[in-house]
Amino acid sequence: MFDTLLQNILNALQWGSFYSLIALGYTLVYGVLRLINFAHGDIVMVGAYIAFFISSLLLGQYGMPAFLPGWAVLALTIPLTMALTSVVGVTLERIAYRPLRRKGANRLYVVITALMAGLILENGNLLVLGASRKKFPELIEKVVYKFGSTYVTNLKIGVILTAILSFIGLHFIITRTKVGMAMRAISYDKFAVPLMGIPIDTVIVFTFVLGSSMAGLAGILFALSYPILDPYMGMSIGWKAFIAAVVGGIGDIRGAFAGGFILGIIEISVVAVFPSSYRDLIAFSILLLILTIRPTGLFGVAQTTKI
Amino acid sequence: MTLLEIKDLTQLFSGLCAVSELNLSLGESELIGLIGPNGAGKTTVFNLASGFYQPTHGEIIFQGRNLAGLKPHQVSALGIARTFQNIRLWKEMSVLDNILVAQHFQLGYGLGGLFFRTPRYLKRERDIRHKALELLEIFKIDKFADEKPGNLPYGMQRKVEIVRALSSGPKLLLLDEPAAGLQSTDVTELITLIQWVYDQFNLSIWMIEHQMKVVMSLCSRIAVIDFGRLIASGTPSEIQNSPEVIKAYLGDDQL
Amino acid sequence: MKRFSVPILLVVLLTTLMGLAWFEVIDLYIQTIVLFMGINIITSTSLNLVNGNMGEFSCGHAGFIAVGAYVSSILSVALFTKSRAFGAPLLPPELAAYGFPLVLIIGGLAAALTGLLVALPSFRTRDDYLAIITIAANYIIISTIINIDTIGGARGFMGMKRVIFAMEKCAEIPWMILWVFIFMVISVIIIRRYMSSTYGKGVEAIRQDEVAAEIMSVNTNRIKLVTFMISSGLAGVAGGLYAHTVGYVNPKSFDLLKSTEALVMVYLGGMGSISGSIIAAVVFTLMLELLRPLQIIKWVAIPLLLIIIMQFRPEGIMGHRELSDIFPRLKKFYKFK
Repeated sequence: MFDTLLQNILNALQWGSFYSLIALGYTLVYGVLRLINFAHGDIVMVGAYIAFFISSLLLGQYGMPAFLPGWAVLALTIPLTMALTSVVGVTLERIAYRPLRRKGANRLYVVITALMAGLILENGNLLVLGASRKKFPELIEKVVYKFGSTYVTNLKIGVILTAILSFIGLHFIITRTKVGMAMRAISYDKFAVPLMGIPIDTVIVFTFVLGSSMAGLAGILFALSYPILDPYMGMSIGWKAFIAAVVGGIGDIRGAFAGGFILGIIEISVVAVFPSSYRDLIAFSILLLILTIRPTGLFGVAQTTKI
Repeated sequence: MTLLEIKDLTQLFSGLCAVSELNLSLGESELIGLIGPNGAGKTTVFNLASGFYQPTHGEIIFQGRNLAGLKPHQVSALGIARTFQNIRLWKEMSVLDNILVAQHFQLGYGLGGLFFRTPRYLKRERDIRHKALELLEIFKIDKFADEKPGNLPYGMQRKVEIVRALSSGPKLLLLDEPAAGLQSTDVTELITLIQWVYDQFNLSIWMIEHQMKVVMSLCSRIAVIDFGRLIASGTPSEIQNSPEVIKAYLGDDQL
Repeated sequence: MKRFSVPILLVVLLTTLMGLAWFEVIDLYIQTIVLFMGINIITSTSLNLVNGNMGEFSCGHAGFIAVGAYVSSILSVALFTKSRAFGAPLLPPELAAYGFPLVLIIGGLAAALTGLLVALPSFRTRDDYLAIITIAANYIIISTIINIDTIGGARGFMGMKRVIFAMEKCAEIPWMILWVFIFMVISVIIIRRYMSSTYGKGVEAIRQDEVAAEIMSVNTNRIKLVTFMISSGLAGVAGGLYAHTVGYVNPKSFDLLKSTEALVMVYLGGMGSISGSIIAAVVFTLMLELLRPLQIIKWVAIPLLLIIIMQFRPEGIMGHRELSDIFPRLKKFYKFK
């Protein structure tokens, strides 16, 4: 009994890590631009595919000589994937979102554009790579630690630790660096910020870099844990992570981080007790209940309306 | 007869005391002013009186009825209307529609009537429209009825906002800095307008205003607050000579 | 002339369509496309009420469509046909033609009630929280359907074609064209009457300045609730029509992709414009069908096209205007607002 509980807690933390990393990306962009970047889930998918191709390349799949051991491939894949995924995110911002913002389009048109961009990423992938699913290579040897009768893999620990470390890093950037301060300033007052001589576009691009690289990281970790890739894998996990971000209090990275873990814990506990087909039903009902009790989310602050 | 009575009104914003133990009363057909330095809590008093905030402490009695727990739309249905410091007209609706919507509490028809266009619905819509047009005509802005408020000059927007407030037939009109942002010729016009409204519409007016010219020439009584506290109250000339008021506006060392 | 122009036009259009279908000038495929157009008009105009006029952001319209589709399908199958799930018909099948509109309306009411449940918690929240609540509601509704085995669960529910056959016993006419047409016209009339009344103008006031609306005596919570219920109720009617047109429903066909389609139609048409929503529904349905031969390319081409359209017309086809604002001469024939 206790063992299954421990096992479930670990699973919950693992899923929580995925959701948290993705929710961080949502919340960063939302905090700065008030834009629900619905393409974000699909950027996670793109991240997973980029990781797949980089690691396959390094492992000698495409004619390149394989000279690196698995752990070194992983060590190279992570930063490369994060970098390339942020290129995708920034490209979206540059060619789709920014022109609309410049034209002063209604905020919701930008959201629709994001939805469409997500569809293009999903179906474009299907179009280019075909319907066959990709199997992500096993980069690190699986080590199973045994505590009592609970089994823990090194991967699971790695995922959870990476999520926590990324959050700490992100928190440092947001609270302690100049660019982080600029990001927070924009979320308070985007009209005053350019007047203070802060290059607003640079800050926005940086936000997308941060958010998309988190998505890329989530993509790798997810692919390592569940190594079958398909073009629609990001959609559902993305929507859910967005909900997690809102429950945490959107716009606040602590909220996104906590919200992701809460969602993970709720989902795993539901599955532990009920048949798995009840997962969405019960998990979302609980999230709605939390939002009804705390409308601003866990870390959100109620904004006062001024007359 | 007292129309509005404010008793021990206190409003705290997470520790900040915006209004503190304010006592004030307003009679029927009175025109009084509320002045004070910036940030003294004047608009907060208006927000409390229009039901937008619920007071932390104390009560507001309007025509013998305690306003505690009422939503702003209920307060306005009781007969308190207001204007805003920065004009808050619905910018994408025509001037006429702006006036129509402000009569929302007295539509007098239900959804059934609306969907089936019952005679009652049609009559009520006609009446409301008629009343709105009449009001626009009285204020000589009927030629702007189909115009969007955003296309009107600032002074005209102020006027439309006052007409919108009047369209609900209030017993008490709260004017929040009606002269803010107006040129001096417009201010003179505004003074005439307010005086005219006061004479014609059988209501009480309570206004916040920084321009002394407006307050001094219109109000029979003026209340002065500073840091949320009532520091003086009396006729314009009394206020002008009150050392408390001069201290609040100009600071101690000027004395 | 002004009074009768539109009714005459509508009657002519309906009889032409019914005639063409009856004499089999247009085949079943084209009929289905025409039916989808009508259904999509209801979907887009009803979502437009919340997203365009009220300025909220509802993302889960398909959830309400699902409620309407399932409730009306279950009712009509149980009442008028013999089925494995519910046994013998509860009413004589000859009544199907008369009972069907009632069944649709009940489906709509069920969806409106669901809308009420969804809208209630959203008052305490602000901004984009309605987006999240409706997305969650969409998930919850689909998940609920999947978990009810009596109505087919994830496999879906069918038997609605037999309801149509039952109707055809009464009279041999293309019934669905008639029903879709009638309910589409009623929906548009409901929305138009609502938005042109002073009561409905409160919705616009909420979008433009909610604080001012509340202080100027508009009961904002009540209006939001009513508007959301009208919107979700009409979506439910659209769902019922969809289920009976296709003859088969499946929880997957009401996922967030379907909600996205509804959103696209609203924004393509222009927020708050009824004629825009109608035009967008027709254009979008046609686009989906015309590009069908492209198969998977279609699902890249359409979003791409929409992104490009939005770059050039960031306010949709019609903006916030109606047809009569663009062609003032139309006012002679019809009062749009």
